[in-house]
Amino acid sequence: MKLTMGPIPFHWNNETRVDFYARLADESPVDTIYMGEVICSKREPFFRPLQEEVVARLERGGKTVVMSSLTEVMLKRERKMMSEICDISAREIEINNSSGLTQISGKKHRIGPMMNVYNEATMGYLAGQGATHFSLPVELPATSTRLLAQAAGELGVGVEVQVFGRASVAISARCYHARAHNRIKDNCLFVCEKDPDGMALKTLDDKDFLTINGIQTLSHSYVNLLAEIDDLAQMGVTHCRLLPHSQDMIVVANVFRGVMDGKLDVEEGQHRLKELDIPAPFSNGFWYGKAGHLNIDLSMT
Amino acid sequence: MKSNTAELICPAGTPAALRTAVDAGADAVYCGFQNATNARNFPGLNFTPEEMEKSVAYAHQKGAKVLLAINTFPPAGKFDLWKQAVVAGAKMNVDAYIVADVGVADFVANNYPEKRLHLSVQAAASSPEAIRYYCESFGVKRVVLPRILTVPEIRNIAGEIPCEIETFIFGNHGLMVEGRCSLTNYITGLSTNMDGVCSPAAEVKYERDEAGNMSTRLGPYLIDCYSCDETAGYPTICKGRYKVAHRDEGFYAFEEPITLNLSRMLPELMEAGVNAFKIEGRQRSKAYVRRVVSAFRQAVDDVRDGNEPEFADLLALTEGQKQTEGAFKSKTWR
Repeated sequence: MKLTMGPIPFHWNNETRVDFYARLADESPVDTIYMGEVICSKREPFFRPLQEEVVARLERGGKTVVMSSLTEVMLKRERKMMSEICDISAREIEINNSSGLTQISGKKHRIGPMMNVYNEATMGYLAGQGATHFSLPVELPATSTRLLAQAAGELGVGVEVQVFGRASVAISARCYHARAHNRIKDNCLFVCEKDPDGMALKTLDDKDFLTINGIQTLSHSYVNLLAEIDDLAQMGVTHCRLLPHSQDMIVVANVFRGVMDGKLDVEEGQHRLKELDIPAPFSNGFWYGKAGHLNIDLSMT
Repeated sequence: MKSNTAELICPAGTPAALRTAVDAGADAVYCGFQNATNARNFPGLNFTPEEMEKSVAYAHQKGAKVLLAINTFPPAGKFDLWKQAVVAGAKMNVDAYIVADVGVADFVANNYPEKRLHLSVQAAASSPEAIRYYCESFGVKRVVLPRILTVPEIRNIAGEIPCEIETFIFGNHGLMVEGRCSLTNYITGLSTNMDGVCSPAAEVKYERDEAGNMSTRLGPYLIDCYSCDETAGYPTICKGRYKVAHRDEGFYAFEEPITLNLSRMLPELMEAGVNAFKIEGRQRSKAYVRRVVSAFRQAVDDVRDGNEPEFADLLALTEGQKQTEGAFKSKTWR
């Protein structure tokens, strides 16, 4: 199985991004890196001037770089961004909105986790149009993942599951970061930059609940499928995705690589992840077909 | 595809509501079977196959169409249930399918090419390119637009797509991009996309404290807390009050409980190229359906005849007596 780093969902500044990718290039066991703004078209111009150089550095480091598209495409500038991604021929692209599908015309492409591939019929149809790799929805349970991984094997396409990081649980046209600061999307002043892992949303009785990231809502808990890595491998999942967070992602990547290679046992791996002081619990409920926020410990049952 | 009229598409959660909507002047009703194949899979709602057959006959006899919602996303291993719904709908002679999943759309296009396909709002097609994809791939004849576009944006889309446009005009004000929301699954283990469930009643709790405040919960999470002088609403996650570190008080982080009401914008929407108006509310009562459908029937007819539409007071039927024109009126909503 290969290890991938998903696109940065949060509004990190350029310095943070450059450092993050430099460390990935030099120190990490990650095979594939998804690059590009997937959440908010307003953020995209900041990193654009630096992107090519960062990509070149990653590729010199032996990494495969895939360009990811926006998740929501509605405005003129968003439509333009999608067309530009679809025009890329030097690298692979990951489509996260169906508006891209009219523009890839037979060209090889990957299907991102926001594309709602829930069943073999959808996977088969999209593979017939040139999709070579599928990142599955984060809420898809193991029972369906197993069948899709089998179908992917028969189609000869890759199949990827998010194994670490907050789960994307909703997308809206409205920016909730701006709203929380009594602004609207058009005059947001990029308040989301203050929250490198998103803005915590608590219930009225102060219970941790959700995380706001612009137009995106994420889980509070961090998905962690370290204990399930063997199952993923056995069912034919080809790629495991980490979602970038402000914690030390090199440690996270090494833990997952270690367990994937059988060089680190799960218990020790969990211990190292806990030492990262992530300010949220882990969860794997979606994987077991339960409430996503739950953390099911099979060794306890 | 500009027109001076538009079809009125009305909700039918039960056979009785279907008859009511048809009698009140619906051009078409939309409904689903009693299972996960439709996005309003609530206990006590929807149609058995026998009920569907009789209801289609009733609607057709009165000149109304029946649009069958098969608009969830079948998870691998359960696809047959969705196929069965399509096959049953064809046997019952429904007028169109409302679908969201690519696999389901492909199944309909291959097996029932003569049937009309409508693209559900659950497919979240919000650009001309996305809509064209479904038209070109599966022969989609109509798109139900997400409730996130302004009227000028709808007008632009209308000029760039080869199919009809349906927009919501009244009812629940959906905030999240439909088909991309797993909030309910995160909290309850039931998925909006795969099970057709949003804030399931079995997970809802209302609790009144000694001071008279009412708490509403979904699963283990507090969604809102109402003081004595407030009316408690149903605990839908995106309509709750929450806290963030930089604000002293809880606030409606996503949206307040409010009803979309575009009654004043009907002429503008028709002029922009909208071919069908959709009233939300398959979970609503017969009385509600009768009042809303009758009011909008009259209004659409008034616009068609060149008269100023008048409205019976729909405000009484809105959520917490608050209404909005949402994203349609201005992009400041975003």
